Amino acid sequence: MNFPILSLITFLPIVGVIAILLAGGTDDQKNKFSKNVAILISIIDFILSLIVWIKFDSLNKGFQFVENANWITNFVSYKVGVDGISLFLVLLTTFIGPICIFGAINSIDKKIKEYLIAILFMQTFMIGVFLALNLFLFFLFFEGGLIPMFLIIGIWGGERRVYASLKFFLYTFLGSIFMLIAIISIYWNMNTLDIPTLLSSKIPEHLQYYMWFGFFISLAVKLPMFPFHTWLPDAHVEAPTTGSVILAAILLKISGYGFIRFSLGLFPIASEYFANFVFVLSVCAIIYASLVALMQKDMKKLIAYSSVAHMGYVTIGIFSFTKQGVDGAMFQMISHGFVSSALFLCVGVLYDRIHSRLINDYSGVVHFMPKFSLVFLLSSLANVGLPGTSGFIGEFLTLIGSFKVNYIVTMFATSGVILSAAYSLWLCKRVIFGNFSIKQDSNVKILDLDKTETLILFSLMVLILYVGIYPNSILSTISTSVDQSILRFAKNIPSTLITK
Amino acid sequence: MNLLIPEFALIISSLGLLMLGVFKKNSQKLINNFILVLLVILIGIIGVNYKDNQNFFNNTYSVDLLSNFMKITVLIAVIFTNLISSQYLRNQSLTRFEYSILILFSVVGMFTMISANNLIIFYLGLELQSLCLYILASINTTSVKSSEAGLKYFVLGSLSSGLLLYGCSLVYGFTGSTDYYVIANSFLTSGDALKFGLVFILCGIAFKISAVPFHMWAPDVYEGSPTSVTTFFAMAPKIAALAALIRFLHIPYANFYADWKAIIIVISIASMILSAVAAIGQNNIKRLMAFSSIGHIGFILAGLAVGTKQSLSSVLVYVFIYVLMNIGTFACIMCLHRKGAYFEKISDLSGLSKNHPVVAFSLSMLMFSLAGIPPLAGFFAKFYIISSIIEQKIYYLAVIGLISAVISAFYYLRVIKVIYFDQPVDNYDSVENIGIKFSLAVAIIFILFYFIQPSLLSNIADNVALNFK
Repeated sequence: MNFPILSLITFLPIVGVIAILLAGGTDDQKNKFSKNVAILISIIDFILSLIVWIKFDSLNKGFQFVENANWITNFVSYKVGVDGISLFLVLLTTFIGPICIFGAINSIDKKIKEYLIAILFMQTFMIGVFLALNLFLFFLFFEGGLIPMFLIIGIWGGERRVYASLKFFLYTFLGSIFMLIAIISIYWNMNTLDIPTLLSSKIPEHLQYYMWFGFFISLAVKLPMFPFHTWLPDAHVEAPTTGSVILAAILLKISGYGFIRFSLGLFPIASEYFANFVFVLSVCAIIYASLVALMQKDMKKLIAYSSVAHMGYVTIGIFSFTKQGVDGAMFQMISHGFVSSALFLCVGVLYDRIHSRLINDYSGVVHFMPKFSLVFLLSSLANVGLPGTSGFIGEFLTLIGSFKVNYIVTMFATSGVILSAAYSLWLCKRVIFGNFSIKQDSNVKILDLDKTETLILFSLMVLILYVGIYPNSILSTISTSVDQSILRFAKNIPSTLITK
Repeated sequence: MNLLIPEFALIISSLGLLMLGVFKKNSQKLINNFILVLLVILIGIIGVNYKDNQNFFNNTYSVDLLSNFMKITVLIAVIFTNLISSQYLRNQSLTRFEYSILILFSVVGMFTMISANNLIIFYLGLELQSLCLYILASINTTSVKSSEAGLKYFVLGSLSSGLLLYGCSLVYGFTGSTDYYVIANSFLTSGDALKFGLVFILCGIAFKISAVPFHMWAPDVYEGSPTSVTTFFAMAPKIAALAALIRFLHIPYANFYADWKAIIIVISIASMILSAVAAIGQNNIKRLMAFSSIGHIGFILAGLAVGTKQSLSSVLVYVFIYVLMNIGTFACIMCLHRKGAYFEKISDLSGLSKNHPVVAFSLSMLMFSLAGIPPLAGFFAKFYIISSIIEQKIYYLAVIGLISAVISAFYYLRVIKVIYFDQPVDNYDSVENIGIKFSLAVAIIFILFYFIQPSLLSNIADNVALNFK
């Protein structure tokens, strides 16, 4: 058996947690120690996942680095593995990890040790979700993430944190029970929960509809899709900055991953059947959320709604069942991971200095914070989908993919691009440009980005531009796996017009 | 005959200790320690003869895997109750030797119930147990609430016993026997008439396990009784009554599956929904635990209603995990005292995280586990039940169960919210009692790390279920 690198990546943060818990000394020493441990662990984790990427064989059609062990007798085995689709989501998670930890150390002032523990736990659960090759294991990680996120929002959140955290928890929990029922009925009908086995076998058609729906509700809540999205703005607004980053950059991606892996992979017939339904919801999400975003007074809420809109492209891309569409959806997810974290971190930077998130309280920030303004502008443009940034590739590919299948949907979805330009640029105009006036109580001098912030934000900017200019860095690696899932899908639905 | 050693040992020692308590002053501590050791030894004895299977006294008393499993669970519950309540009893000056002896007597009753294979024996065990519980509920004679709880429990309990006895007499009237096997064999001749008996007996048992619509007593009794007694009520008697119910449904009434399935499903759905909704408004943590236990009983009944070996095993797993979760939760509740005065309001928990980080963490993990959030033990318990329900394709039951789990997650989360999100108040006394520490540690380790080796418990339960009749 090979070196269990995937398990190591998954559970390394837990090792960090144990180290933090065992640390002794005064409170200051403990805090310092836990900061160092968290940074070290998250960076090692990132390096390990880079090693996986380097060793990853992008032509291999199956799962790689597979580890298998007995767990619950006759029922569930501990099985993890990685393919092109999950690889980049894991990389995204391990990359966002250190960023969040740096960000948290910079801005969290109470109970920093506990906060780091929660983030490390979160990281384990999120990596586990993407790597799990067993539905039960997937569910365990999927749900397990609720606990640390609930605490992150509830303990370190803003004024309405209790409401937001409960809403987040109950929404997601309610959604996931349907997935649990679907998973159990898959077990009793197929006698296995092993994802590779299930992918290559065919679930009876009449069951697919119910199971698809069970998964759909759960994933749609988490994505969040149009009628189920109301928890997201609340959670985002109340969560601490780094909590929002985790939420937007990683948590939302679980659903996209779930749609590709399970809805497409396990229930192709049902997916085809419900595709138009998903299109309609996605278009609603794109247009409605963009319009709502236009009217927001709170910057975080605006970005939250723009997340809802951008996730709409992901579902449109996935349910177009074309290579371009799925490629685009994957790309959009990764790009949104960078862009939304950058935007949230930017808002966090402003909030740390002026303690307000209201757009009206700011004007002409560029005069005092030029570096910050550059970053903010660039990430806003990436949010719009300006060619040259990562946002463009994702939206462009999904729209190409969906155009093949349904041009009316594409037409409506494209209008979202214009709307997103409207709210993003208007946001920039109001906050960054104009005459300098900031509502503040004291006359503290407003400083530009400090070293840590510069490091975090500029690394994100570099990535946004790099994948925007050279998208093949991602696309070439995911291509085989996406092809594979599209082929598998097409094989199950002989009558469709799907072309490669 | 050596399979009956535990029962004999219990009876002899409880009588002997009663004498000791009467004639020797201040023997409470001695008696308590003796009982603790005795119960631990009994676990060992039952454990050694775990796989043996025999009927005694003309088929009226059967010792088998199921009874052994349930007896061990009862013993664990009683031992830990004992451990966590010693400090409480001292602080509340309830240290009377009768207290321990009553518990010991009720354990005899529970053992009898668990093994009963005859309606008379079953009723005897039930009454022996219940009478002790009535006294225990009102043992704090200086408290009005405690007396009220005892009286309430007694009145309603006797009513339910009456119903149960009436059911037994109906069954006896139609079949001419109280023996489970004879009743089982006479279902062809007696037929539908037996269903009357079934309904009455189920009412009686549903009262004992506080399933809706026979749950009214639970919140009041839980709140009024001394916390140590509440701890005891929440676990041991319910396990015994469940064991009796399992045996009753699966042996004499095995052929009436379709009938009792419908009844149990209705009771189970009612319990789950009522507990989820009613608990939301509670401010007292003991009342909250009462409603929570109603909900858990609902889940257990849902598993029982499925009627397969698989579901029986999942019920056993659930019972065991339920006991461990309750041990932990009540151990935490026992920690909430300042200078000997105990606090029970949920709002009293505010800011526990600051003063008692370990207790706060444990209590919130227990709440997550009670709510059934993975990867904690409570999730696995629910998972096994739901899985066995879906195997039989009773989807609506699974959906209702899980939705009620989501609703009940709200009030569990409220507790966590108070612990972590609210402003701290005064410090509680630090936890020094070794019994509480130990129990809490066991419960928390079990709940947090159950996921590493979940098959251990479920294999045992599978084995019990497969060998049951």
